[in-house]
Amino acid sequence: MTGEQEFRGIESGPLFDRTWHIDRVEGAAVQGLKDTSVEPLSEPLIEVPDDLKGNLVVTSVDALVNWGRKSALWPVTFGLACCAFEMIATAMGRFDIARFGMEAFRASPRQADLMIIAGTVTWKMAPAIQRIHEQMAEPKWVISMGVCATSGGPYFGSYSVVPGVDHIIPVDVYVPGCPPRPDALLFGVMELHEKIKKYHNLRPGSRNVPGGTLAAENP
Amino acid sequence: MPIRTEPMTVNVGPQHPSTHGVFRLRITFDGEEILEVEPVFGYLHRGTEKLAEERNYVQVVTLTDRLDYVSSMINNQAYCLAVEQLLEVEPPDRGKYLRTIAAELQRIAAHLMGIGFFLQDLGTLGTPLMYCFRTREKILDLFEMLCGARITVSYLRPGGVFADAPEDFWPALDRFLTDLPGELSELEQLILENEIVMVRTRGVSTLPLDMAINSSVSGPVLRASGLAWDWRKAEPYDAYDRVEFDVPVAQNGDNYDRFWVRMQELHQSARIVRQCVEQIEPGPVRLDLPLVLRPEPGREAYGRVEASKGELAFYLFSDGGISPYRCKIRSPSLINLTVTEHLLVGWKLADMIVTLGSVDINMGEVDR
Amino acid sequence: MPFQALTGEALADRLAEAVPDSVERADGDCVWVEPSQIAITAQFLRDDPGLDFQFLNAISAVDFIDSFDVVYHLTSFRQQHKGVVKARLHGRESLSLPSVYEVWRGADLQEREVWDLMGIRFEGHPNMKRIMLWEGFDGHPLRKDYL
Repeated sequence: MTGEQEFRGIESGPLFDRTWHIDRVEGAAVQGLKDTSVEPLSEPLIEVPDDLKGNLVVTSVDALVNWGRKSALWPVTFGLACCAFEMIATAMGRFDIARFGMEAFRASPRQADLMIIAGTVTWKMAPAIQRIHEQMAEPKWVISMGVCATSGGPYFGSYSVVPGVDHIIPVDVYVPGCPPRPDALLFGVMELHEKIKKYHNLRPGSRNVPGGTLAAENP
Repeated sequence: MPIRTEPMTVNVGPQHPSTHGVFRLRITFDGEEILEVEPVFGYLHRGTEKLAEERNYVQVVTLTDRLDYVSSMINNQAYCLAVEQLLEVEPPDRGKYLRTIAAELQRIAAHLMGIGFFLQDLGTLGTPLMYCFRTREKILDLFEMLCGARITVSYLRPGGVFADAPEDFWPALDRFLTDLPGELSELEQLILENEIVMVRTRGVSTLPLDMAINSSVSGPVLRASGLAWDWRKAEPYDAYDRVEFDVPVAQNGDNYDRFWVRMQELHQSARIVRQCVEQIEPGPVRLDLPLVLRPEPGREAYGRVEASKGELAFYLFSDGGISPYRCKIRSPSLINLTVTEHLLVGWKLADMIVTLGSVDINMGEVDR
Repeated sequence: MPFQALTGEALADRLAEAVPDSVERADGDCVWVEPSQIAITAQFLRDDPGLDFQFLNAISAVDFIDSFDVVYHLTSFRQQHKGVVKARLHGRESLSLPSVYEVWRGADLQEREVWDLMGIRFEGHPNMKRIMLWEGFDGHPLRKDYL
């Protein structure tokens, strides 16, 4: 240990030697996720209960809230691979995602409503994606952009690639293409808008999660 | 007497807006100063080299598109050169010129991305990046005319190119080349002599030449450190021996120089494209090779190009089968990161982001 | 002076006199070096003014089932030439080779990559961590027996 290191209070040895335990813990998490995530998660479906159909007051409030939500979907900055460049191109002047109120790409997942999985998801990246998804506040949506995120695409069958991001987080809209053109991504966003319009927000205890398991637990 | 402080180890990435994808660093800071760095790779490792062993020689071209996804044409070129070395063939002249045009247009697009995101990292929040994307979109439109795709082009194939350029490609290319100097000078006026850019980047994170060479650094990063080495000059491939161009070199190897070299290379690339357009003549664009290629067993090839990030090479080994026995990718982005520790240690947190931007890495190529 | 490729014989001649017992044989385009001598050979290749290989282009490894080849592509900017050096390792278990990290820093990440994907250890490399895959990954995926 040099005098400088001691003065600065750095532990002895290079940083990469002192991080072995972190690597092992992270590696075990990756391996655990790979071993357990064998089936795709189901899509978060929207089921309209019979007793709420035709409720004028609720539908008007729903329409207002849903309109507000769909008009300012803030995506989290989350570029993984090739598709990220088409996502950024969508945000630039020519395709101008600002028309949908989405130009505010947030660096923090806590400020974002939408996660665009733009690129190949590897098992090493999977725990990070899962964590970022968990960090996002409800209600939140996920677009799987490109065939890599949807099913592994050209990398399907590779030893390190997740065969579809829906194995680790639920996905609302899938956009095909390799990579999808910006127009295709915009179409996917519009499909998501259609989906958001169907939400029922005043259902007790539903935490704004449409249909699905969470709502079923809170009758 | 200096005050004793506690160092702090911080994790940066893999999801971080300015690590250019899924790059991750573990950094020990003393206040704002960087004491130690450990880069962590592999968050986009897709097993390209293994998958290439399961696809036939032509199908592998589609995998190369997705390595450095901002310079797909150049990746195609490196791979096709390697396959042609295996087969001992050369594409026809028109094919060579089309390849050179495509590769140089791609280099402009890739360097614009490098410059745009570098300036974004400096805190210019959008404007120069918008300018860069404006020009890049025009190049992608040209690519769409050539092959129908914007990013994953697969336009270059072993033995030539996929198809001849359509009739309306040439006037469109001409228009692009006419507009380009104006657009570039607009960007240059905005940023090249900007005082804040100068102050933030001059003399920051210098890379001495001997260290750059010893660490196998290549491309604009090497040229910024003072060595005029360009594989297009040293080992001309395709049509590069028939065109004139300069190799821009800087001396200090700091962040500004790396940025400056890329700016200058934009002009040289445009110059190469112009010469190619003048020289190109009608003729076949692709050799009549069988769809399934079978190079002789035991042959090996090292196909090398000067890609936008540095020396990109494919080391292929053939066992006589329909797919490469081994396809090793020498990726410039990964190897340029050998000097990460040297570039970052001793500088401030805010410089770290800029320095990573100036090295211009692409995660698809770093992790493969 | 045009850029040229040094033949294996030319390299072997130079090496045989400077580093005895290092050369196994020479091919048309490469020289085969005794694996245990690779670091000393590398030192000579870099420091000899006539060869002057300052730049290590790439380290590749190829799996031939009963043996592994490690291939070093080298370039000299001053002498304007390039050369290829190979080392053959026999067997499949606990393979190792002296590291050239001290000669060329550029070997740092490449040797880690060869270890991670091919399972060849480099003795003397300070940081033999997995680089692409996670700790705890079973096997080395680029080997031919990894399916």
